[in-house]
This record gives sequence, C-alpha cells and structure tokens, in this order.
Amino acid sequence: MSKRSVVPFGPHHPVLPEPIHLDLVLEDEKVVEAIPSIGFVHRGLEKLVEKKDFNEMAFVAERTCGICSYMHGMSYCAAIEHIMNVEIPERAKYLRTVWCELSRLHSHLLWLGLLADGFGFESLFMQSWRLREKILDMSEASTGGRLISSVNKIGGQRKDVDNAMLRGFVEELDKMEPEIREMARTFLNDSAVRSRLDGVGVLSKEKAHELGAVGPFLRASGVPYDIRTTGYLAYGDIDFEPVTSDIGDSYARTVVRINELFQSIDIIRQVVAKIPEGDVAVPVKGFPNGEYMMRVEQPRGEALYYVKANGTKFLDRLRIRTPTFANIPPMLEMLKGCQLADVPMLILTIDPCISCTER
Amino acid sequence: MSYFSFVKTELKNLFSKPATRPYPQQPRKYAERTRGHIENNMDVCILCGLCSKKCPTGAITVDRTGKTWSISRFSCIQCGYCVESCPKKCLSMKQTYTQPDAEKKTDTFVKPEQPAPAAQPAKPAADAAKQA
Repeated sequence: MSKRSVVPFGPHHPVLPEPIHLDLVLEDEKVVEAIPSIGFVHRGLEKLVEKKDFNEMAFVAERTCGICSYMHGMSYCAAIEHIMNVEIPERAKYLRTVWCELSRLHSHLLWLGLLADGFGFESLFMQSWRLREKILDMSEASTGGRLISSVNKIGGQRKDVDNAMLRGFVEELDKMEPEIREMARTFLNDSAVRSRLDGVGVLSKEKAHELGAVGPFLRASGVPYDIRTTGYLAYGDIDFEPVTSDIGDSYARTVVRINELFQSIDIIRQVVAKIPEGDVAVPVKGFPNGEYMMRVEQPRGEALYYVKANGTKFLDRLRIRTPTFANIPPMLEMLKGCQLADVPMLILTIDPCISCTER
Repeated sequence: MSYFSFVKTELKNLFSKPATRPYPQQPRKYAERTRGHIENNMDVCILCGLCSKKCPTGAITVDRTGKTWSISRFSCIQCGYCVESCPKKCLSMKQTYTQPDAEKKTDTFVKPEQPAPAAQPAKPAADAAKQA
C-alpha cells in the first residue's frame, strides 16, 4: 500500500463559486476518502424568523438561494397557506408552475455552462449561458426581476401574467428548443466531452438511495423519484414522467439534466394550454397557527420546508433542508476511488449550491 | 461518440452578430415590470408611515414633524411591498436601477408646504441631499 497524504480542497477553489472545504485523503493520485466541512457562509436565516413578520419572511425565504430563488419563496408561502387553510386560486397554481419550470430551465442551463467551464470547454459554456439569458429575460418580463422574482405572497401571486405574454413565452421556447438540441449534441456526443464524463464518479442505485441523494443526482442513478409526481401546484394535471438514467456516472447526470430541459419546456406548453382564467390571489386574514412540512422539487432536487407557527405574527421555527445538503453524503461516496484531477468536476456534477446549504 | 460536433456552432458564431450588446454605448432595454428603484410623489404622500412599517429591510424612514420621507437606496431590496401597501398610491416602482456609489446614500424627499406652490417639487431637495 502506498503512503497516504491529505490534500486540502477549497474553501476557495477556481472551479467553485462558493466555499466548501474538503480534506481529500489520497493514495498516490487516487482519492480514498473525503472529509467535508461547511459553515463558511452561514447566515442564520432560521433565527431571523423570530424577529421578522411572517409576511416579510417571504422575501427573506426567496433569498436563501440566488438560483432557485423563486421556488424557495413559493414553498415558504405554500407552507404558510397550508397552515392557514388557504386555498389559492387555480390560476395562481398554474402561474407558479410556469415560474417553477422557468427557474428549472435557467438553473439547468447555468449548470451545463458551469460543467463545460469545469472541464475547460469555454465556448460551450458561453453557448449555454447565451440560451439562459433568454429565460432570464422571460423572468424579468413576467416578474420584474431576473432571478429574485418577489411575486410570491401568502394567498397567491402578487402579479398576474396575461395569456398573450404566456403564449409569447411558449413561442420563444419553441424557437429555443432546436438551439438547445444543437448544444446538447456537443454535450452528449462529442468525444472530448465524453472522455471527461464517461464512467467518472459512478454512484450505484443502492448507494444513492441509501445515502439519501435527491434530484437529478438520484435520478441519474436510476431511481425515478421526483416530488413533482405527488401533484402539488398544477403538476397533478400535467402529463410527465421523471427523467432517469441507469448508468449513474457524470455522463448520466448530464443526460438527465438535458432531458429535463426538454421536459420543462413541455410542461410549460401544457400549463399554458390549460391555464384557467380568474384571480391570482385571495385575501388572507389572521396569523398562522400550527405546523406544516412542505416538499418541493427544485432544480437541484427535493427541498424541504418545515414551518411551525404559534398564532402570532412571528413564526416559532423555520427549517429548510436544501437539496445540496442532502447530496453531500452521496457526493463523498462518489468521490471515493476517483482521480484527484476529476474532483472539481465531480463536485460540480451534483450541482452544488453551498450558500443554500448554509442558509 | 462523434468528433468536431461543435464546428457547426462555431462557424455559425463566426458569421453572425454577437449575442452581447456594446454597453454603455447601447444601454439595455428594461422590461415594463423591471423593479429598478422606488420613487415617491410627495404632492400626494400623506406621510402615514405604512410603507416604513411594511418594509422588510427597514429602508424607509418617515419623519412627520420634519415632513420628510427618506429611503436608504442600499438597504432597499426592490421588493415592491411598500408600493402595494401605500394607501394613497403615491409610491411607484421605476424601471432604472440606482447608480452605483462609493458610499451608502439616502435619498430624502421633502413634503411641499400646504397649500403647495404649483412647482416646488421634491427633486431639487433630493438632489441637495445627494450632494450633502
């Protein structure tokens, strides 16, 4: 057996925009163990609920993450609505679904860009971010913000989007689809890209399930687990199947995310075709009293919102479990046996969002 | 597995217009709903203070005795909660973003004396506060 050595990775690393630290135990060039430490950007969001009005907290909740911001705000509001027994109008549910899928599209395109940048293919990175920009323009046109939407409130949505604009989005997405397909051709078939992705960081189906992986990371290992199938918001009326792959390596994760792009476009098409007319919000009176556990499928995986209220305007407890937090143990398992040079890219393949994780 | 699969995109890029814009020569077009910054029409404002109570970051300060309404531009998160809660609808969200600055500044709007002389608008006062 060769001598073991420990190489520190992070918290600041060129490939990671956010701070996570790993102690990589190496045997020659091979990683045998990875020991994580997080907590570099902790913001104490869960403590903040004790002094922020539960209405104002919706704006704080959507700042948990800069990428899946819409879904954070939405799941917080949905949790409070469940506690207060508020049924939001159908149109608001459909609008929420559109915005959720738009944020999934931009998040996956962002990730594809970061992955391309991770293995050094810069023009491919530019291509996927060029496409992402169109999604962000749609976000801005409909919500007023590129990423931080601030359209969620308890009882529905603060803004309505007229049907003409929604149909415009579908037309725009129709035009984008061939462009995404063209870009995906390079991601999925190019020999240089395949040589970096094929067979790297394999996570078996059993291990993924056992260690509690979520989202595309889990689905790439062959488990068809997608919270959207529980039918929250308008997903119950929409026809879709979770995208899976059986291989479980980095290539499979790319395939799953690329196919989810097309799935999201398809969901938006269905939602826009079915969206009912009506109000987008109902008036809400009083203070929440009780507790609720809200689960949503974010671009990175399942996020969990636990809210406990006590009948005053301040909440007792807000616990957020973000997808990256759940994906760290399976990521450590996946790193075992890989080459040191592959570590940065392997960490990217789980689509880490460290600031989310720290809350 | 294929080789040179990016060549088509690469060639298309060589012979097409750039996807980016020559900023600042060509400024960007804002969407109609873009949340840029908050403006207050002081002729209508009654200084009720609801906006400052609702503001999630506490960026708005209302001084009834001094008859001023001020907003800390660097604390404001452009959520638009104040615009929604304003009973007189004198607050509005404008599309342009606030200018970058070396220090955190506060814009102060002064309520004109009643009965208001036709044009003693809030703007000069706000500019004076900026320079101060």
